Amino acid sequence: MEEEEWVLSKRRESLWVRARMVQAIRRFFIGRDYLEVETPCRIPTLIPESHIDAVASGDWFLHPSPEQCMKRLLAVGFEKIFQICKCFREGERGSQHLPEFTILEWYHRGMNYMSLMKECRELVISISSAVGCGSDIVYQGGKIRLNGAWEHLSVREAFNRYASMSLNEAIRGGCFDEVMACDIEPNLGRKRPTFLYDYPVCPGALARSREEDPGVAERFEFYMAGMELANAFSELVDADEHKRRFEQVRDYRSSMGKSVYPESERFLSALDTMPEAAGIALGVDRMAMIFTDSTTIDNVVTFTPELL
Amino acid sequence: MYNASDLKKGLRIKLENEPYVITEFNFVKPGKGQALYRSKLKNMITGAQFERTFRSVDVFEPADLREKKMQYLYREEGKYCFMDSETYEQVFLTEDQVGEARNYLIDNLDVQILFFEDKPLGITLPNFIDLIVVKADPWAKGDSVSGKMKPVTLQTGYQIQVPPFVEEGEKIRVDTRSGEYLTRVKG
Repeated sequence: MEEEEWVLSKRRESLWVRARMVQAIRRFFIGRDYLEVETPCRIPTLIPESHIDAVASGDWFLHPSPEQCMKRLLAVGFEKIFQICKCFREGERGSQHLPEFTILEWYHRGMNYMSLMKECRELVISISSAVGCGSDIVYQGGKIRLNGAWEHLSVREAFNRYASMSLNEAIRGGCFDEVMACDIEPNLGRKRPTFLYDYPVCPGALARSREEDPGVAERFEFYMAGMELANAFSELVDADEHKRRFEQVRDYRSSMGKSVYPESERFLSALDTMPEAAGIALGVDRMAMIFTDSTTIDNVVTFTPELL
Repeated sequence: MYNASDLKKGLRIKLENEPYVITEFNFVKPGKGQALYRSKLKNMITGAQFERTFRSVDVFEPADLREKKMQYLYREEGKYCFMDSETYEQVFLTEDQVGEARNYLIDNLDVQILFFEDKPLGITLPNFIDLIVVKADPWAKGDSVSGKMKPVTLQTGYQIQVPPFVEEGEKIRVDTRSGEYLTRVKG
């Protein structure tokens, strides 16, 4: 008991920084005429994901992300929306993972992933000044500079620079994830933030494919201090392509012996009126780790599951 | 059987027929990718360490490890002999396997021997052991005021720092986890 009190009271300072960060996020989006929305976190259907397992809640699920409902809002004409909400993923626990965590997700009609990078940059700079870090963030003794150009690195270039094999070899060898997690990610966003972009098309990510190069998805991930902070794409709006990808995910999940979740007909039919848009999900807890110089996600939340 | 999601620091598993202990562990998941379990493992027989990344489909056998109470008998040509006092079964540990514990091994001492399947791997000592001081400089009056310690040699050959009033022939209690002096023991 004493130990738990001590652990919690040590977090006081980082919880203050986190709170100021969340307030700065709201100010940023409100100042840009985004509508803050709250969509239900308990939902009956899921967007199929190869590697995300949902937490069941009765016959329904706790949402692993607010993607489904937010896109339906986009489809009926909402232009700029953001949400800060709790999301739930089964079995995810590590120094950068909690089974219940906080996502900031925003969508902007008419944007693509490149213009979203710019907005992401402006957000991070405005948070940094609000929490008193200014233009240089010190994380674990290293300095991350926010002034000047940020790094834009394609996935292909990242493999050439950091991995012992090319992107194509990694895909052929079935070890894309291992090389990404062990050899590439730890190097990203060290001296300045990094946008890693142009991913190979993967069925679980609902990103638009490049017109001139259909094997490439218009998607980026945002990194600071070797940590993945956000995932974004130019949204896929083609309903038939959605159905094909959903089917691929279903086949994959059943071949792996994983649960296959019910899907939403309403979501699929909403895609008929889905405008060109870009959307991004950012891990609020991990962002708080950066601004509090924390090496574990435990330090930026009140209670981890182990303390309950 | 364990799944990758059961892995944690300190867990002992069997890989390629040898026992390993997980010395470091982290869950990682690259964006939209699969869960990966990055682990550092130490071979409990050779001491060799390496890193390995597992996937959620990987399964592991627990290492069949158990401890047995045995009595220390003697040392011969760099081997230490221990005996089960019920079955009279004897096993030998090497100098490396005994390690620091050699400083506390006195005849007939009861210890725990760790086995992997039938192979002895290592030794766990009682937390406190009483040992006789066989060599000590005499106590110069006034030394205890300065708070200084002095070195003495114990019956096992172990050299240890003790308060200045401890004399040759006395018995002292040592904490085997820290290797430090605790108190004098009467009788």
